[in-house]
Amino acid sequence: MTSDGHATPNYMAIFWWLLGLTIVEIAWAVLPHHSKLMLGGGIVAMAIIKAVLVALYFMHLKFERRIMGILFASTLILGMILVSVGIGEQVLPRP
Amino acid sequence: MDHADAITFDPHAVEDETTTGIPHDKLGMWVFLCSEVMFFTGLIGSYIVLRFGSAWPDPKTQLNIWLTAGNTFILICSSVTMVKALEWIQRGDTRKMKLFMCLTLLGGSIFLGVQVFEYRHLLHEGFNPHVSLFGSTFYTMTGFHGFHVFCGVICIAFCTGKAFLGKYTQQHHLGIETLGLYWHFVDLVWILLFAIVYLI
Repeated sequence: MTSDGHATPNYMAIFWWLLGLTIVEIAWAVLPHHSKLMLGGGIVAMAIIKAVLVALYFMHLKFERRIMGILFASTLILGMILVSVGIGEQVLPRP
Repeated sequence: MDHADAITFDPHAVEDETTTGIPHDKLGMWVFLCSEVMFFTGLIGSYIVLRFGSAWPDPKTQLNIWLTAGNTFILICSSVTMVKALEWIQRGDTRKMKLFMCLTLLGGSIFLGVQVFEYRHLLHEGFNPHVSLFGSTFYTMTGFHGFHVFCGVICIAFCTGKAFLGKYTQQHHLGIETLGLYWHFVDLVWILLFAIVYLI
């Protein structure tokens, strides 16, 4: 139990997940792919899972007050909008 | 004024009584990290936009992903040692907390050392910031991240020093918790940068 009153997460289990995902990620990157979308999509998906694990368990976002989650999520949403608009400008056909 | 009547100021008492119920230091760190999210989103967003809009080399042909994979492993390990340091001080074991703080400091220092080695090697091979758009974005993103790691290492060294002076206890260890948030964030950003810059 931590001083915040929540049960201590199993940090070593998170570590093994992070390590395992990193190994799979590298294997995915070096294996030949026919589609760049498949290569990029797989790696980004695994990186996002790893980042979420770090945020939820190492940064204790899972156990924090909801206001922290809202604060952090709102900046992530703003960030995603920023990136999406940038990508859209490059990918979508121009009038 | 009589000395006995002087108002005593206990900073920890103030910490415990905030309107949000969250200590100011911790809330401040979260707000700072939110601004950092926007900063790195700007960098990553620019990288993606530039990459979509121009011819791009395969990073695996120019960068040593095995070396950086090892460095990523070290940074993940240092994140684990940081959170273990917090866990041990919360349990009241200052000896193990100090040990894990030292290991975190070691991990961060090794990461920086490997990054300097990588930069020297790449520059020696002619891959510099003005050789291509990839070069510019690579050094900008990894350089800013490296600067954050450098600042983190300085702060960890400072907090480790304080730990050895006995400044942290089971009741009062907000400094380690707040520093841990920063360090895990740096790890989180590297997880994304490694995937986007090195592997794709």
